[in-house]
Amino acid sequence: MSEKLTKVEKEPMFSSKILKLLKNPFNLENPITVQVLGICSALAVTVQMKPAIVMALSVTIVTAFSNLIISSLRNTIPSRIRIIVQLVVVAALVIIVDQVLKAFVYDVSKKLSVFVGLIITNCILMGRLEAYAMGNKPWPSFVDGIGNGLGYGMILVIVAFFREVLGSGKILGMKIIPQFLYDSGYMDNGLMILPPMALITIGIIIWVQRSKTPELQEK
Amino acid sequence: MENLFNLFVRSIFIDNMIFAYFLGMCSFLAVSKTVKTSVGLGIAVTFVLLVTAPVNWLVDTYLLKPGALVWLSQDFADLDLSYLSFMIFIAVIAAIVQLVEMVVEKFSPSLYNALGIFLPLIAVNCAILGVALFVQEREYHSIAEVTVYAGGSGIGWLLAIASLAAIREKITYSNIPKPLRGLGISFIITGLMAIAFMSFMGIKI
Repeated sequence: MSEKLTKVEKEPMFSSKILKLLKNPFNLENPITVQVLGICSALAVTVQMKPAIVMALSVTIVTAFSNLIISSLRNTIPSRIRIIVQLVVVAALVIIVDQVLKAFVYDVSKKLSVFVGLIITNCILMGRLEAYAMGNKPWPSFVDGIGNGLGYGMILVIVAFFREVLGSGKILGMKIIPQFLYDSGYMDNGLMILPPMALITIGIIIWVQRSKTPELQEK
Repeated sequence: MENLFNLFVRSIFIDNMIFAYFLGMCSFLAVSKTVKTSVGLGIAVTFVLLVTAPVNWLVDTYLLKPGALVWLSQDFADLDLSYLSFMIFIAVIAAIVQLVEMVVEKFSPSLYNALGIFLPLIAVNCAILGVALFVQEREYHSIAEVTVYAGGSGIGWLLAIASLAAIREKITYSNIPKPLRGLGISFIITGLMAIAFMSFMGIKI
């Protein structure tokens, strides 16, 4: 079956081009640090690791499937109303994700509060739909969605890691800073839990990334 | 009245859309290169918020909430349509943005030219949907409260983007480390501004 399909497409399922789609978002085309997409929700859910991981998975799923659906419909959507069509497809997927989260991880869903709904207006979705899915075949679009979702998730998890370790001395809710450090006067940095530090942490991640890959530097 | 004024001040300074919830960050970082365009965008966002938030509140109260359809017939007393809220809200916002665009184009071409491409982009600004969802989550009780909250949030957003743009105009000539130029320094400035805004916390009038 798969052999037949690959012959029709004249291209293997995992050609180097497809693998590149999966790999690029982690560094050279990272949605957050390079394309500046999807920052809105990225910052607010990174106080702890658990909500950050759940959010990363939700965004990956929604991005991948909305890319797939829009890409299969791309030739039938009139371009004047395409934004509304895209929003409706995305909103339907987000409703599914929201209901699943409410059913299985209710406490995390409460913590994420409005930010699950805000996946709809997450710029990553619209950005990828407009820039990629509207002009490419379904399978590469699907992979592009997964790649971008994971690239976004990676930044989310890194930020959440530093904020949780430095802010409350825990990883995924488990204490990792040993007690004798506290006894000898170490204190958790309460500032890390507050919103402004998320911005500064991302600023530092961009700094580190751009020092390592000079071609990303501006001017 | 005092309550409304308090809500207004809170939504501008303490619950600022950018500095406390990071909503509308994408356009915030992308458009804040000059003061003039960012003020234009800020005004457009405030205007759209003032229209969409009350409409979404009415839709939520009279159509979507558990038992909201009682005014139609008693049979609908336990009907709960709130799972549809995301889709309805975004559809309302997209439709109103389109409508506002047409009305502004017809009656005030100069304003239309000033806002330019920003008007259609507002449909996907997180701050607009964010306000609609916060209104739903916090259960505001009257349309006056919702309108005041929406107006305050819009003005807070305008204040934030205008001040970031002013700072970015000033630092063009500064000697910033190369990897940090552009995006990196904007993030750090926003972080420092957010720390400054935190000093408003706890203010009550």
